[in-house]
Amino acid sequence: MRYLFTLIFAFWPLVTGAQDWEDQRFFPGGDEARTLRILSSTDTSFFAPIIERFQLEYPAWSVQYLVTTTSEIDQVFRAAPDAYDIVISSAMDLQLKLVNDGFALELVGMDHPDWAQWRQRLFAFTSEPATIVVNSAAFQGKPIPRTRQEMINALRQQPDLFRGKIGTYDVRQSGLGYLFATQDARASETYWRLMEVMGSLDARLYCCSGQMIDDVASGRLLVAYNVLGSYAAVRRKEDTRFEIILPSDFPTTMMRTGFVSRKTLHPVAAENFIRQMIRIQGAGQDSPISPLPPLGPSPEETNPSVISLEPALLTYLDQLKRRTFIKEWMSAVIQ
Amino acid sequence: MAEVSHEPVNVAGSLRYRLTLTLIGGAAALAILLFVVVRGYATQIAQQGQDSILKASVTSILDAAILRDGVVEVDFPYAALLMLSTDSDDRVFYAIYQDETLLSGYGALPRATTGASGGAAHRTARFDDATIRMATASRTLVGADTRTVITVAVAQTQDAMQVTLARISRNVGLYGLVFFLLSVLLSFWATTTTIRPLQRLTDSITRRGPKDLSPVASPVPVEMASLVASLNRFMARLDTSLRQSEDFIAEAAHRVRTPLATVRSHAEATLQRVDRDENRQALRSMIRAIDESSRAAGQLLDHAMITFRADHLERSEVDLVDLLRDLVLRFAPVAEMKDIELDIDGDARVVVAGDSILLQNGIRNLLDNALKYSPVESRIAIRVTSAPAPTIEIRDQGPGFPKNNMDALIARFSRGDNAKGIIGSGLGLTIANDVALVHGGKLTLSNHPGGGACVIFSL
Repeated sequence: MRYLFTLIFAFWPLVTGAQDWEDQRFFPGGDEARTLRILSSTDTSFFAPIIERFQLEYPAWSVQYLVTTTSEIDQVFRAAPDAYDIVISSAMDLQLKLVNDGFALELVGMDHPDWAQWRQRLFAFTSEPATIVVNSAAFQGKPIPRTRQEMINALRQQPDLFRGKIGTYDVRQSGLGYLFATQDARASETYWRLMEVMGSLDARLYCCSGQMIDDVASGRLLVAYNVLGSYAAVRRKEDTRFEIILPSDFPTTMMRTGFVSRKTLHPVAAENFIRQMIRIQGAGQDSPISPLPPLGPSPEETNPSVISLEPALLTYLDQLKRRTFIKEWMSAVIQ
Repeated sequence: MAEVSHEPVNVAGSLRYRLTLTLIGGAAALAILLFVVVRGYATQIAQQGQDSILKASVTSILDAAILRDGVVEVDFPYAALLMLSTDSDDRVFYAIYQDETLLSGYGALPRATTGASGGAAHRTARFDDATIRMATASRTLVGADTRTVITVAVAQTQDAMQVTLARISRNVGLYGLVFFLLSVLLSFWATTTTIRPLQRLTDSITRRGPKDLSPVASPVPVEMASLVASLNRFMARLDTSLRQSEDFIAEAAHRVRTPLATVRSHAEATLQRVDRDENRQALRSMIRAIDESSRAAGQLLDHAMITFRADHLERSEVDLVDLLRDLVLRFAPVAEMKDIELDIDGDARVVVAGDSILLQNGIRNLLDNALKYSPVESRIAIRVTSAPAPTIEIRDQGPGFPKNNMDALIARFSRGDNAKGIIGSGLGLTIANDVALVHGGKLTLSNHPGGGACVIFSL
């Protein structure tokens, strides 16, 4: 009997559509036949308010919200571009490649700044920095490092304290982790030195920001590098066991992006959804509706470390480039 | 003098329009040519710009290819694709091949034969519903015991170039239009300037006096030289033939007058000797006919002289009052015969610059007319005034001019319907009128309300 359950459990994804989602939720609307399918890497709790707001204005529409990792999104969507209406992801490079490869529908007449959109198809709607999250107790009475160099120094001074208690993204698994890592490496050599130090201290590797925050809060980790600031900030409101550090040398900042599938069956509704989404997020200040951080001001004025939407993002997605980078990264982190 | 005839000229086309249209048409053709050529050139430049960026991208990727332990690594720089960012967010595709196998990138990208010299080959192709421009180049890597050829192709859509070209087209179009409009203005100006000598010639000929047949002396452009030369020759011939006919008339009149005078003196002498009434009557008719012929010959001579002198006016200061007194004195015997009173009043001195002989001739003819048509025991009032223009008004108490067609009287050999029985050639008024005209004045005929003709000779 137990055996049978295990079997059923093992094959359940195949039965239900051969896809195991991290999370999925159906937001029912007035008309069951009219459903927008959204493929996303954003946690449901962060995105639900935007969907609910959309349904307030378009009550007939239902929304099927499907969450998976950024690299899964890329594969799943490429395999069946007509099965999804909207794709939301934090991996800007993968998103840009999908648009470059012609998977996105052009939305004409969107009022969106030039730096936050690409080809009138890919639209950025958040500005989220990569942060360092540290355990509050571990840094009690000590100066909290503000830059990557200070972090390197702190780790080197007390290797025994930090050994096995530092974490970062596994760039092999996480598209967002890979994006952060490649952009860090592009920005400064300091990244590699930090990775070498972390590698020498038996860094633990994670798939997702949420788990890193959990572990830092619980004390299993003392330091987590390149944690999504937006997730950390929301958790910090209820949980004071950790501190969020925005590296002052170069705060690598990601923009969450979305586009409408070119093969969507509901182009008008999907466009309305994107329009609604960038309106909610585009105010430049925290929205009362959405827990996601808004789209920041123009990076040219304030923060040059915002990753730009440009075809150069394809560079590190190149197989040869990726192979070289992963090899280098592994030799630094996994020693 | 005969009036200038106003027969319609046979007009076909207009030099001005033809010239303007030719120039404007030429300007339009040039403007279009300018647009096409500049746009073509701009397209070429823009394409060269894109090609050189694509080539740089290919080169930087190719340059990063190395052979490490027999495996090809292509750690190409971020800038290789970064340099392909455009304002229109053009799509970017690339492919890296080792020998003929795809290493990475877009395998579906059309292959291009690379340049033989190893330089980048450029081509335009369709890929994924878009027009792309691609550059391809190859490089041979030499390892310890292997040789392998790496080929890199980088392609980009042409959205930004289309935007640039559209902008260039718009600007060039605007320049072409401005060029065209300036050319149109220039055409009008050029046409007017070119036509002006012709206009000037027309004006100078139109402004001429009726008897001025002198050659055109003012300079004309070389293209008009033969026309003007022909015109001058034509006018010279006309002048010669006119002169000849006037000379002939003068000569004829002169030759007739002298024998007539002889005949008249003989007739008068005979009249003294003849007693029979019927013979005396015949002789008187004869003498009157001789007088008439002699007078006509005299007037023909006067007229020929005026025609001759009109071209060479000898102006001097002439006092019209003096002149009239002199004439009145001369006419006094005739006047006394008919008991006609000749009165001069008005200004004491009216001095004009004119040809005294012509003026005397003209005015004499007027007085002669007045005396001829005045009845016995009447009065001829002559009034000379200097303001507003020097004017002589001669009024008689005769029958006046015939009411209809008063202006025709001035024409040569035309006489009033009421002139029957009065000696006259019909040249008197013509002569006076010609004299007034050559002095820039005019002769006005009218009838006085109280009866009698009124002639106003004003200068």
